[in-house]
Amino acid sequence: MIPLHHYLLVSAGLFILGIAGVLLRRNALIIYMSLEMILNASNLALVAFSRYNGDLNGQIFVFFIIAVAAAEVAVGLAIIVALFRLKQTTRVSDLTTLKL
Amino acid sequence: MEGTLFYIFSGAMLFLGLLVITSRNPVNSAIFLVLLLFFMAGLFVLLHAFFLAAIQVLVYAGAVMVLFLFVIMLLNVKDEEKSKNHWFGVLGSAFVTAALILEFFMLLRDGVPQLLLHQRDVVGTTEAVGKLLFSKYLLPFEVTSVLLLVAMIGVVVLSKKEKPS
Repeated sequence: MIPLHHYLLVSAGLFILGIAGVLLRRNALIIYMSLEMILNASNLALVAFSRYNGDLNGQIFVFFIIAVAAAEVAVGLAIIVALFRLKQTTRVSDLTTLKL
Repeated sequence: MEGTLFYIFSGAMLFLGLLVITSRNPVNSAIFLVLLLFFMAGLFVLLHAFFLAAIQVLVYAGAVMVLFLFVIMLLNVKDEEKSKNHWFGVLGSAFVTAALILEFFMLLRDGVPQLLLHQRDVVGTTEAVGKLLFSKYLLPFEVTSVLLLVAMIGVVVLSKKEKPS
């Protein structure tokens, strides 16, 4: 039996990689993929806690997170496509309409 | 057996995560992410969450990643040129890394709480998860369907071509 904190360590590592991707990359698509990685890291932690606690409610939570993530990806990619039509770019540093 | 599989899966996942955020071409990133999500489904199986493992493969590795690849192909995104990292990004990720490492040291110092399977083995089969979803979590489950409908309408509105007026 693998101890609980090994799962938490993997989850934290994935979370760190996701945060680094969001903060360091300039491509909106790769930022979105990093967001998916962050959500998956939290899913892993929830499922691990659920198993080690003997409680199934955590898995229901993960089910809802997956559903919300699917909806979020669809809307986000539509926004990226609309932005690309407008500006011909997916670099977030070129999207400066709101800048003073 | 279980331990070996866990270390293979998690090592591969962290390596693939690194590749996702470092590769220049978004198509490569997307392929690495699909592999990462498959390994995550493997970890779910090790945690006896069989229903979630199936859902993970179907929804993430299937639907979401197809959507990603489709958009990448549609936009014909070029390889990203090397750009100087903003100090804010480097500082931010260093801060998050430091915070999580600190948290782990505190967790290990206090001793990891071994809740560990005290009474019964919980197995996330479709039957068990479905029973919970349709009794205790019936309302959130129905609201999720509304959420998906809203997302669908939003996508249609967003990607509609504006009428020339």
